[in-house]
Amino acid sequence: MTEVAINPTPWQPVCQRSDLVAESGVCVLAGGVSVTGPSTPRRSIALFFIPDSDPQLYAVDNWDPIAGAGVIARGLIAEVEGELTVASPLYKQHFRLRDGQCLEDPEIRLATYPAAFDGDTVVIIPMPEPT
Amino acid sequence: MVKQKLIVIGNGMVGHHFLEQLATRPERELFEVTIYCAEPRPAYDRVHLSEYFAGRTADDLALGRVEQYRDWGYELLLNETAVAIDREKRLVTSASGQERSYDRLVLATGSYPFVPPIPGHEHGKCFVYRTLEDLDAIRAASENARTGVVVGGGLLGLEAANALKELGLEAHVVEFARGLMSVQLDEGGSDVLRNKIESLGVAVHTGTATELIEECDGRLRMQFKGGRKLLTDLIVFSAGIRPEDRLARTAGLELGERGGIVIDEDCRTSDEDIFAIGECALYQSRVFGLVAPGYTMARNVVAQLCGESASFTGADMSTKLKLLGVQVGSIGDAHGRTDGAAAITFVDEQHGIYKRMITDAEGSKLLGAVLVGDTSDYDQLLQYHLNDIDLPEHPEQLILPAADGEPPALGAGSLPASATICSCHNVSKGQVVDAVQGGCCTLGEVKDATRASTGCGGCSALLKNIVDEELAALGMEVNNHLCPHFEFTRQELFHIVQVEEIRTFSQLLEQHGNGHGCEVCKPAVASILASLWNDHIHRRPHVGLQDTNDTFMANMQKNGSYSVVPRVPGGEITPDKLIVLGQVAKKYNLYTKITGGQRVDLFGARLEQLPDIWRELIDAGFETGHAYGKSLRTVKSCVGSTWCRFGVQDSVAMALHIENRYKGLRSPHKIKMAVSGCTRECAEAQSKDVGVIATENGWNLFVCGNGGMRPRHADLFATDLDDETLIRYIDRFLMFYVRTADKLQRTSVWMENLEGGLDYLREVVIEDKLGLGEELEAQMANVVGTYQCEWKTAINDPEMLKRFRQFVNTEEQDERIVFVEERGQPRPAREAEIVKVAEPA
Ligand code: SRM
Ligand SMILES: Cc1cc2nc3c(=O)[nH]c(=O)nc-3n(C[C@H](O)[C@H](O)[C@H](O)COP(=O)(O)OP(=O)(O)OC[C@H]3O[C@@H](n4cnc5c(N)ncnc54)[C@H](O)[C@@H]3O)c2cc1C
Ligand code: SF4
Ligand code: FES
Repeated sequence: MTEVAINPTPWQPVCQRSDLVAESGVCVLAGGVSVTGPSTPRRSIALFFIPDSDPQLYAVDNWDPIAGAGVIARGLIAEVEGELTVASPLYKQHFRLRDGQCLEDPEIRLATYPAAFDGDTVVIIPMPEPT
Repeated sequence: MVKQKLIVIGNGMVGHHFLEQLATRPERELFEVTIYCAEPRPAYDRVHLSEYFAGRTADDLALGRVEQYRDWGYELLLNETAVAIDREKRLVTSASGQERSYDRLVLATGSYPFVPPIPGHEHGKCFVYRTLEDLDAIRAASENARTGVVVGGGLLGLEAANALKELGLEAHVVEFARGLMSVQLDEGGSDVLRNKIESLGVAVHTGTATELIEECDGRLRMQFKGGRKLLTDLIVFSAGIRPEDRLARTAGLELGERGGIVIDEDCRTSDEDIFAIGECALYQSRVFGLVAPGYTMARNVVAQLCGESASFTGADMSTKLKLLGVQVGSIGDAHGRTDGAAAITFVDEQHGIYKRMITDAEGSKLLGAVLVGDTSDYDQLLQYHLNDIDLPEHPEQLILPAADGEPPALGAGSLPASATICSCHNVSKGQVVDAVQGGCCTLGEVKDATRASTGCGGCSALLKNIVDEELAALGMEVNNHLCPHFEFTRQELFHIVQVEEIRTFSQLLEQHGNGHGCEVCKPAVASILASLWNDHIHRRPHVGLQDTNDTFMANMQKNGSYSVVPRVPGGEITPDKLIVLGQVAKKYNLYTKITGGQRVDLFGARLEQLPDIWRELIDAGFETGHAYGKSLRTVKSCVGSTWCRFGVQDSVAMALHIENRYKGLRSPHKIKMAVSGCTRECAEAQSKDVGVIATENGWNLFVCGNGGMRPRHADLFATDLDDETLIRYIDRFLMFYVRTADKLQRTSVWMENLEGGLDYLREVVIEDKLGLGEELEAQMANVVGTYQCEWKTAINDPEMLKRFRQFVNTEEQDERIVFVEERGQPRPAREAEIVKVAEPA
């Protein structure tokens, strides 16, 4: 018998707090067929954990559309004019963490996703936030 | 609307500039433009023609582009030489019969090289130096040649001689006049130039007239007046240019006595509707053989066609250039021919420097100048000349080497707004200032906006000064601060970290910086911390600081996979280790390539494979090669005295010793070294940051060389050193560099920016003038003593290994990294080759 969600929620657990690296990024594979919430396509999502910022956690697409490679999680966190960004490791464009906007190219924006801690578990909604 | 028919004959640099300027105007719509271009391709950069031999391609040199002309709505007739102008019918005809009618005609036919009518000059191994095809022919002829002669010792002749030398030929210059570059230089200047050029290995024969060229055993024999002879394989004529005025002549336009199409201030020929611009034009009995005046004429005609008034009143012919590596500058009346002119001369025979200023009788205005061997004063002198600025009380200080204190500098600030900064594109200081005030914040933006410094490049230093000064005046910071988060230079931060014994980035940020840091300061501080304390770069506080390459101790490739480069000290490797490299590559399906640094690179490893690959390599005795770090890369070696019949020391053993000593040293930029076993220099040590060459008595030490974007030969630093002194000097040199260089500054640029340059460096390292010697050595000893193979530490630390997971929540692979096979090895698939995977909605 398939388990059926009693209390369906779009929030999916993806990893533990201890999997995160402070001041840096890791990558998770999220989405797919879900029994506890809506099914969504599978996506590589980059998670950044910055303990002394608010919020502490950011989730953006791992795919770098400029370089054409899944590498965003491996970029350096850079503050640019007061805004937290991640610099792509390949060609160094900056993407704003809060909304994915590329600072060098107004046409390009990475999708961002709601992310939060549920105790020590990291949960996200693997559906892009509306712009 | 009926369009006016406009024909341009000749598509060289000036013709192109004309077309480009016209294209920027709305009035371009009023014209139907046709271009006759005799060459097989549209205009290219003739000024930088010689760079064709240095590796630039025809494409790199292109100015005009077929598509561009099409976009502008121009009709371009390539390979079409205009042969007749019928002024009655207003018709132009080409050699192949292409006929077009015109309302207005612009002649931009340039000039052609003059070949003196010496018997034998038409021989197949005699060339000229004007077009890309000429250069192709010279290159082909040089392949089986040993010797090349240039006839003509002017500006172009010396450039051609340099080209022959670069092609590997023994080069000679034969000049009829008494001295070299007699148009631009006075006698004294020309003598100094000659000495310099001879010392570079080019033979100079001045006051020599060629009487006959004949074939002799498959080579060419030149016979000179007075009986001397010279055998050569090819000859390049560079005996001046003649205006290309044949078409104008047959059309009955007025020409000068010695050729050239006569033009007035409007650049009009004797026919109202025909203009002439560039090197084919003659204004007040002068032809202008430089691009800048031609560009001015072109803009002038564009203005007239658009109904504006403009006039050409001659042009400044000052030039600054580098010939065979010798700097030469000539300004205004270099010969002092003006009535009452007085001269001030400075000669330094030892260093081959000659400087001469020509002033008016009162010594208050600068009429001209000649500079040989050192043109650092050129920009300043030119501004005095062009803008008629009053000379300072002691004008000689403008050319004397600074004794105490600076010479009276003419800051960019003291130039009037009308001062021409870039003569190629006629950009004034006022325009540059406007551009900055209009929002351009960087040199690049100013260049794009004004085009200044995009021609010959001669004005770049001055342009930078003005831009910096203007930015500063607007209250924008022009500083060497590392980044907005630290108001210190790298050197200052190094000092702070050292003195206050700061161990982490966050500590430094808290006490001396602000904000969160960025991709500039984080790796720079990480490098300082590593140079000083040499912690493992993956220790928790340092993790977020590293660039991806340092983070994963591998070089990220374009598709997100990594390359693996184990250290192969000195390039020496046992057969067993070679086999292991092959086995590992095979097992993990890696692309293998021998690098330019005498080792093997394994490409295409996935992030999660890196630890396994390294475990196998480390088990076989390999260590990390730091190909990812700003640190010591490789020490190249040649086989040296052990095997080579010429070797005088064991270069391999020394290279091994050096590589093992400095491996792991983190520095402002990467460091490369090499050791050669004798002066034949098979290890190319003179192109390295640290180069060591064996002598009978020990080692010669070279420093501050590099390849790359701006190659620089290393300088000889000390000679005949014993092993111990050699290492001591290298220790001190490297640590002083690590301490004082700016971020991402190679040793060459660092040294060039050190006040006092190489001499100062010698004082610090050899004479220990700052008393730092021991401290630098101790610091190096600490780095050497705390070395660890970062990969070895990492594979034994589960916490560190956690980083090497593609996904922290599953063991799956990144399915968007795809390889295909080529020449028996994998390579990243191109976009079109990847079968689309489920694309996120
Ligand atoms: C693999 C190799 C090319 C090859 O197939 O042979 C190579 C590959 C890269 N070079 Fe290089 N260089 C390689 C030898 C050289 C050499 C030749 C030499 O060392 O004798 C030079 C010129 C010499 C010099 O540096 O003075 C060279 C001048 C550069 C430069 C320009 C440096 C400069 O000062 O202008 C860069 C860019 C930089 O470092 O900023 C560069 C940067 C790079 C990078 C790291 C670019 C990058 O960030 O992706 C390349 C990636 C390496 C990788 O993925 O493993 N590479 N590179 C060579 C590795 C040598 C080794 O065993 O470590
Ligand atoms: C090696 C070299 C180095 C130089 N270095 C410098 C330098 O450092 N600084 C500097 O200021 N100047 C330099 N010059 C000079 C500079 O290149 C010229 O001043 C400039 O190219 C002149 O431009 P132009 O358009 O008048 O003539 P060109 O560039 O010669 O163009 C004329 C074009 O017209 C074509 N043509 C001629 N007759 C016809 C016809 N009947 N029908 C169709 N097409 C025709 C020719 O084939 C040619 O393509 C250098 C020149 C050379 C060769
Ligand atoms: S540099 Fe000298 S010792 Fe080394 S291989 Fe060449 S000739 Fe032989
Ligand atoms: S003077 Fe030639 S580019 Fe400015």
